[in-house]
Amino acid sequence: METAGGSSASVLSREAFPRLLEAIRAAGYRIVGPTIRDGAIVYGEIARVEDLPIGWTDRQEAGTYRLERRDDAALFGYNVGPHSWKKYLFPARERLFSATGTADGGFTVQAEPRDEAPLAFLGMRGCELAAVAIQDRVFDGRVPDPGYHARRQACLRIAVECGQAGATCFCTSMGTGPAVRGGSADLILTELLSPERHEFLIRAGSERGAAILAGVPTRPATDEDARAAAARVESAAGAMGRRLDPAGLRDLLLGNPEHPRWQLVAERCLACTNCTLACPTCFCSSSEEVPDLSGAKVERWRRWDSCFNSAFSELHHAPVRKSTSSRYRQWMTHKLASWHDQFDSSGCVGCGRCITWCPVGIDITEEVAAIRATPGASGPARRSP
Amino acid sequence: MPRVPRPRVAVYKFASCDGCQLTLLDCEDELLAVAGAVEIALFREASSATVEGPYDLAIVEGSVTTPHDLELVRQVRAEARFLLTIGACATAGGIQALRNFGDVAEFARAVYARPEYIATLATSTPISAHVPVDFELRGCPINKGQLLEVISAFLGDRAPNVPTESVCGECKRRGNVCVVVAHGTPCLGPVTQTGCGAICPAYHRGCYGCFGPQDTPNAPSLVRRLRELGLAPADVQRVFRTFNAAAPAFREASESAAAPAGGAP
Repeated sequence: METAGGSSASVLSREAFPRLLEAIRAAGYRIVGPTIRDGAIVYGEIARVEDLPIGWTDRQEAGTYRLERRDDAALFGYNVGPHSWKKYLFPARERLFSATGTADGGFTVQAEPRDEAPLAFLGMRGCELAAVAIQDRVFDGRVPDPGYHARRQACLRIAVECGQAGATCFCTSMGTGPAVRGGSADLILTELLSPERHEFLIRAGSERGAAILAGVPTRPATDEDARAAAARVESAAGAMGRRLDPAGLRDLLLGNPEHPRWQLVAERCLACTNCTLACPTCFCSSSEEVPDLSGAKVERWRRWDSCFNSAFSELHHAPVRKSTSSRYRQWMTHKLASWHDQFDSSGCVGCGRCITWCPVGIDITEEVAAIRATPGASGPARRSP
Repeated sequence: MPRVPRPRVAVYKFASCDGCQLTLLDCEDELLAVAGAVEIALFREASSATVEGPYDLAIVEGSVTTPHDLELVRQVRAEARFLLTIGACATAGGIQALRNFGDVAEFARAVYARPEYIATLATSTPISAHVPVDFELRGCPINKGQLLEVISAFLGDRAPNVPTESVCGECKRRGNVCVVVAHGTPCLGPVTQTGCGAICPAYHRGCYGCFGPQDTPNAPSLVRRLRELGLAPADVQRVFRTFNAAAPAFREASESAAAPAGGAP
């Protein structure tokens, strides 16, 4: 059968799934994907199919995440976890370059070697592909970040359409999933799972993907296979735990800088940065020079930073955004409003990580709904500094 | 490259366990570089040889707990061009600041056969409560990398790069799974200053708050969350009453968390 993307779909049996991993590795990639560690499904090295969270799922709520057994042996029967792919494309810590002082008082710069094996991202969800596309506009636009560009060009994206949705998911609201469009990944899988069958509908979304797929034993997909895959995705779409109404959101938020809700959320907000660092699109960083004791050699390091940190807005020894309410407002209005002006899209993909991984369970969908319910309300007067 | 003349450094101890000044000696790989860059003029933990002050840099460990400390701390300040305090004792009063919540005379009677020999103050206080301090390096104990950074900044005449944000940022950068969210484990990470490298959460333990409050701590919100996680008011009080019990944000949290019947531990 033909799919919207134009490429023909095939069916891969569960028994042959390890052959897919072998083919990816044979093409020169190191595979990273979902694996269980420390009570959560995180992204790490996938050496064999047994490294995947077989038969596990996650139960998520605001501020809570628990692993649970499924009653089947699904490979991808979970929602998104605490990690996102940005840890590979935009590492939490990265040495950008080094410099060494010279006898004449000048210095020489040593560039960072880039010789890592290309990565294959196994199990990317619709919302996660959208998040990478958003970070592409940040890091790989007119002035590409060399490290990001190299890693992004080299990586192989193997998407898996969601067969379930978590309680903090709202990708349908943001238009990023759960279905994965043809050209947005190199390979696209849908897990077909019932008591009678365990197979994967598999499509190639690029020539790279097609070349790998050609080396894997599959059978052509039937209309029934395609219908089964579509039904899985539809059931996930119908099970979204959260909803965020994006209509007029930019103007709503930018028009409510004094809303009392900003103060209320600041009473709960810990200014701990978990939401921003779990977010797959948040891209803020700090650069720091790390000299040795003699000052003769210095390294420039970049690390994840956050608009919830006081020092992040520090100018001349004082932060611009002193209060937590001003930091929360900065984050949410950037993510959902001014991001449109800056990057022509929302900065939110509806993955729900900021809700689940907030230690006190602050819910961005609830905050938006509260402001939408009483637009134009003004707080106890003054604008928070 | 050697600097001429090398800055003269003195290391002092007040009420403390010595762990923080030992961090200097723990700089095994960097120790020779440090020793080459400065002149260690006074460091009784390392050498009995001493050189008279004044000193370019005084590194001070420990809190002020005795009448003698009150005099010494002023002398140290007077002899030092740059005063660096290191560790939870010197920056917040340390674990011994638990006395601030109780009656020291009563403790002395309970512990010592002849309490009249004990000359002590009613409180344990940080160095900065008595004299101006140029930089406070937090931690119980301090972090070796941060100590080297502060010394390197002092030598280079620049501001040290010592973040004052929460431990959570370091957890996320390490890829740690949040122990509060995924395990329901009480953790002080969201209100605690980073610097340790998020060691405890990396081993499935909640943060104990060794580095004291972060720069914008919202302890009341975390206290509510700790109560939801099942901690009794007295237990909430205990988690805030450790090495940084007297740091204002932690002290207020422990006082507000206590049930009316609660008191000093």
